[in-house]
Parts: sequence; structure tokens; C-alpha cells
Amino acid sequence: MSERSERTGQHSSAALTQPRSGGVSGAQKQIVRPYGDTTGDGMVQVSFTLPVTHDKRAEGAAVQLANRMGIDPAMVVHAKGMGDGFTFFVVYGRVNHLVDLNAVQVVERDFALLSAKDVNAVIKQRLRRKLSVVGACIGTDAHTVGIDAILNVKGIAGEKGLEYYRELKVTNMGAQVSVPELVETARAEKADAVLVSQVVTQRDAHLHNTREMSAAFREALPAGRRPLLIVGGPRFDETMTDELGVDRIFGRGTTPGEVASYLVHALITQRKATP
Amino acid sequence: MTGKLDLDPVLVARARELARRAGQPVVDLARSHTTVSVERAVLRLAGVTGADPDGIPWVNRLVDAVAADVGLGHGVAVPVFDALVREGITDVTLLAQKAAAGSVRFAQPTGRAATAARSAARRAVGAGIRRIDRRRAERDRLVKRHGDPAQRPWIYLIVATGDIYEDIPQAQAAARAGADVIAVIRSTGQSLLDYVPEGATREGFAGTYATQENFRLMRAALDESSKEVGRYVRLTNYASGLCMPEMATLAGLERLDMMLNDSMYGILFRDINPVRTFVDQRFSRQVHARAGIIINTGEDNYLTTADAVDEAHTVTVSQLLNEFFAHEAGLADWQLGLGHAFEINPEVPESFRLELAHALLARELFPDAPLKWMPPTKHMTGDVFRGNLLDGFFNLAGALTGQGILLVGMMTEAVVTPWLSDRDIALQNVRYVLGAAGGLHEDFVPAPDGFIRRRANQVLGEALDLLDRIGEQTLLTAIAEGTFGIMKRPADRGKGLAGVAAHEADYCNPATDILEAAA
Repeated sequence: MSERSERTGQHSSAALTQPRSGGVSGAQKQIVRPYGDTTGDGMVQVSFTLPVTHDKRAEGAAVQLANRMGIDPAMVVHAKGMGDGFTFFVVYGRVNHLVDLNAVQVVERDFALLSAKDVNAVIKQRLRRKLSVVGACIGTDAHTVGIDAILNVKGIAGEKGLEYYRELKVTNMGAQVSVPELVETARAEKADAVLVSQVVTQRDAHLHNTREMSAAFREALPAGRRPLLIVGGPRFDETMTDELGVDRIFGRGTTPGEVASYLVHALITQRKATP
Repeated sequence: MTGKLDLDPVLVARARELARRAGQPVVDLARSHTTVSVERAVLRLAGVTGADPDGIPWVNRLVDAVAADVGLGHGVAVPVFDALVREGITDVTLLAQKAAAGSVRFAQPTGRAATAARSAARRAVGAGIRRIDRRRAERDRLVKRHGDPAQRPWIYLIVATGDIYEDIPQAQAAARAGADVIAVIRSTGQSLLDYVPEGATREGFAGTYATQENFRLMRAALDESSKEVGRYVRLTNYASGLCMPEMATLAGLERLDMMLNDSMYGILFRDINPVRTFVDQRFSRQVHARAGIIINTGEDNYLTTADAVDEAHTVTVSQLLNEFFAHEAGLADWQLGLGHAFEINPEVPESFRLELAHALLARELFPDAPLKWMPPTKHMTGDVFRGNLLDGFFNLAGALTGQGILLVGMMTEAVVTPWLSDRDIALQNVRYVLGAAGGLHEDFVPAPDGFIRRRANQVLGEALDLLDRIGEQTLLTAIAEGTFGIMKRPADRGKGLAGVAAHEADYCNPATDILEAAA
């Protein structure tokens, strides 16, 4: 398969050190369509299952669905019956939809990415005390993989976790922490920031838990003394901060360095360093 | 020992001896303490069933009532059967209901009353254990009738919809598609419930609640499937968390075939108190031994938090400890589904050779155990194409190193709970590898002084060093200091500590007496 696809710039290398504003309202249109092996061919590949027994009609149904998805012509390149009354399809074809890159709205990283050394230096010079971070998985979510990747010294993808930062004081409460426990610990640790990880998304548990958490902090602490509320997990929509009552949402693939840089940005460089 | 790695038998014997030295103090601790869940398991064997209108099981109400009057340290069996005589009733569940209403007082009897209560308790609990014996004999008959899977490893597949009535058709479809073992993942958070929910359940988070009724429904469905597919399809659940002893008991009563049951998982990953865990674990393993259940240990989990190369030896150490605790509790080698996993970062040079070295080390150290081989999770990125390739290599490593139980990896790991098509593709992957290379372990003999042999011997050496250090400071200290999976878990902290009690001189647990007499 092709290794490269036209991306929206979310992961592009342009934004390494300079903050950028979100790409809203462009002057001119910048149209792209999917790329198979020729510019402008619009080729895509999709796979799906239909709850029908595999026969000619099932393949026809797959073509019809693909057509409605904007794939025309659609080629059913693979169809396989699975058990009783299900068929799996792989479809290749030309999609007639276009994307205007200038109309794409994403949360761009609006802060500079700092090295661990720089993060420590800024905290030391401008905050003149350790920055306190409390992390937890709340609700019934027992998947500590996300919070551990960000907080544990071990880190992720070769990048050390926040415990490794000399000027950060990290309290990792682990899994299945109740919201009142979290608020209490945040208060006791004088948390500057609270990091919550949510992996389980069944019945929107991650959204309910996050709203419950932000409401509890709003209730327990006045605006000036409330820690920065950050939530992360693979299935969050990063644009939902207001709706969930948090300051920042981090999605799939976030590294400890990004979180540390954001903490410095939001708590120190953006705010006029008030100790 | 098959000798593909040229392991030094003196070192292997020393590793086992060190594991015994590290584990024995924990066994002594387990033998001199009880927990609320052990006592509830005894009452379940004695015939207490059902729950109050709030869903709190009668065994919980009864144990709480006894503990409030006489404490937990005598064991609840004698006070309960003493009260039964005084109340002039024979139904223990009825006694639990009366106790919950506050109309029964409990005492620790002495003299003849104590002797009478002891023998009544032993009769009732003995009847429960005989029910487990009958279920085991029934399994033996069904395995004989339908047969075991034609191939090793057995193909192990997970279902987890949250709704037992959705799980059943999915499990049956999986059996038709080639699964030999079905595991029903529990609802997230059940491990921290200090009671076992009752009845058939249709609501769960990322899994289905483990209840006696759900066990019964699924086992009955898989009995139908076994008949249909012409091989005995096994059922797995979890004896872990705060209700480990009760889960083991219910699994025995409902003829489950395998249970997840790790010696340290609850401590490290659920922050359950270490003493509570070791006491609960010993009892649950005694029940599993009696029920003919294969336990699955959880070493794979260490590698999801720690580095799979640097910490490979902690898996070996944990396997040796799990083996020691299991043997001590009466489990035979064929019941030890010791765990390990394919979790090395695929970017590491020679990662596949390292995986083979680790997998073969486990195979050679535990030649008679049905090792449980766990698929990659940590380095599954959402790139489903690469994930499918990685799962193929995982399957190949399983075939090359003669693993006993192969948990089918999903290319959509870390993306969604598996779709019907994900499972189908995953099983196709397994079938291809086992079909194309199922016997390749016969030809696979790593070169003398080659990379794989050197690596395996290095890991064994590191495991010996770690066991040496644990021996000097005791296992509880090692756990407190974060030796396994990075987590630090002191013995005086963690969930469930309040439910632990030291034995009084007259502690009586008829279940343990019967189970140990047989061992």
C-alpha cells in the first residue's frame, strides 16, 4: 500500500518549534483527493462486513454501498463468507469527494515543543518551585497504559515519562481512582495540573467520567486555584474541551514531551508567571 | 528437558530452589491467615446461594454478620453451623437471611457443641466439593466423547460484549470458526468488587460480569457447540481480584475449564493488598487443583509496562514463582498455563530472534506445562496491516517453540473491541501459520553457541540473579520495592486489606482440610 497520503498537516514537521494558528478560513481553496498511484486518481480502499450470506446479490449490495459512499466505479476485489449470514468485503475504487485543505479544522499544537532540559529550566527560573502533577485513570477504567506511558520514567517510544523531569513532582494514582479521591489528592499535592487517562469508551464512559471529573473540580475549588485539567485517550475528539469542561484534550500518539511542553506553556509562559 | 538450548541442569535446579526459598515465607503467611473471600467460598461450598434485594450475595451478609460477632479468625464455618443447630434450621441460606435481619447471634462454641458444628460443617462443605468432583468427571467424559483439539497450540479466543446473551452466539460462532478455548473477559472493575454479582447480566464495561449464572449459560452453550464441532470447546474466566477464591469455587461448580489466576497480578496491576492476594490465591489454586482446571498466569502483563527485552528475566522469575505456588497448592504440571508474551518492540534489531529465545526458554524450563502464549498489544499501533503481519510472526513463534495455548492476536488491538471480521482475519492468520508450519518445531533447533541459545542462557542467568536478591530480602519486600512491572506495592497497603485476618488457634476451614487431605 502507499506509505504516504495527503495529510491535513496535523502531523507535519513544519510545526516543530514555532506555534501555529489553526488552519481556519483560507484565502484560496487547496483541493486534494485521494492518491492511489497517480495524482488525482481518487483511489481508496475500504473493507466492511454486511450481514448477508455470500452470493452474487451480496456482492451487488457491497457495490451499491460503496457507490453511496462516493466510490464510483467500485471494484469488489475480495468477498468472503463468515459463519452464518455474514460476508466480508474489500473494495477498491475511485472516490468522487474532494477535500479543501483550507476548510479543515483541527486543533494545531499552539505551543512550542521543548526538550526535557528546557522544560526543567523554565520551571526552575520562572516558577521557582517544582510543578506538581497528579495523574489517574478514573471511573472503572483499569487501563493504566496511557497514564503510565505519559508519567512513568519508562515513558513511551523512547521518550522518558514526566517522572523523569527533575522539576516535576509526579503523583501517579493508578487505575480505578474515584473522582473524590482525585480531587482530594490534587488538593493535598497542591496540583498545578491534573492528568486523567481514559481508554475504555463503551457507552461513552470516557465522556461521562471526564464531565464528572471537571464538574467536581469546579465545585471543589474556586477558578483561580483550580489545577489545569487535562484528559487523554485514544478515542477523544480534541476539539471537545469546552463541552467536557477541561483545558486540554490529548489524543492518540501523544508523547510525554508534548504534555510537558504544554504544561510549561499553559502554566508558565502563557500565564504571567505567578508563583 | 528437550535440550534445544543446552540449559545447565544445575542452574535450572538452582532457579527452582531459589523460587522455593522466595515463595515459602509467602506460603507460610497464606497458611496462617484467612480472608472474607476465602470464608465466603467455604459458605458457597456449604450451599449458601443467592443475594439480597440489593444484589449483595447472602454469603457476604453471613460472613459480615459472623465477623461482627466473633471475628474472622476462627473461620466462619463453625460459628455458622453452631448457629444452625441453635436456630433449629437446616438451610444455610435461610440462616444468612436471618443473620442479615439481625435475628441471629453468632458465637465460637467449645466442647461438644464445637465438635458437632465442625462435623456438620465438614459434611456440608464436603457435599459441595463432591459436586465439583462430579463436574470434573463430567468434563473427562465429554472430552472423551468429543475429543481434544487436533492440534497444539490450542486456539484461544476472547469474547467481551458486556451482554451474556450477545456473548453466547459470538462464542459459538468462534468455536465454529476454529476456537478451542473461549475466554469471556470480565467487566472492567469487577476485580475490585468485594462480592460476586448474581444472575445473568446484560450490562458490562469492556467485558461481561463473571457470575455463576453467566458461567452456567456459557458452559451449556459451549456443550452444544462441542457436540456440533466434534471437539470439546473449553471455557475460561478469571479467578482474580478480591473474589478470587469464590470465582475458583463457582468455576469448579459450573465446570469451567481454565481460569486466569496469577500469583501477583492483582497486587501489581490492581493495587490489591499483597497478603490478601496470596491468601486468596492459595485457596483458589487448591480448588482449581481439585476441579481439574488449568490456570493461566499473567506474566504477559509485566511486559506491557516494562521493557520486554530488559525485563525478560522478570517473566522467568514470575513463572518459577507461579510454578512453586501452584505445586504447593496441589496443581499438576498439566494444569500450569504459565504465561508469556510477544511484546518486544519490532523496531529492535533481531526482535524475532529474541522472542524465539524467550519463548523457547519458557518451553524448556517447563516442558510439561501448557504454556500460554500471548499476542502483541503494546506495539500494535492502529496500523492494522502491520498488526496483521506482527500477529503472523507471533503465531509462527508459537508454532516454532511448541506453545500450549495460543491467544489469538487481533490486528485491531488498541483500535476497537474486535469486530466479526477482525476475528475472522485473525483466525485465518492462525490457521495459515499452523497449517503451513505447525510441525516446524521438530526442525527448529537453534545453532550451538548461536544468538538464540546465548540469549536464552543470558535471561536464565539474569533470572537467577534476581531470585538471589529476592531470597535475601523476601518476596514481599521485592514487591514493595517495585521489582516486578515497575509498580511498588507495600504489604501494608492496597485494597482488601481490611478483609484479612490471622488464624486463631481454633481456626477451622473444612474446605482446606478436605482439599489438603486429598493432595
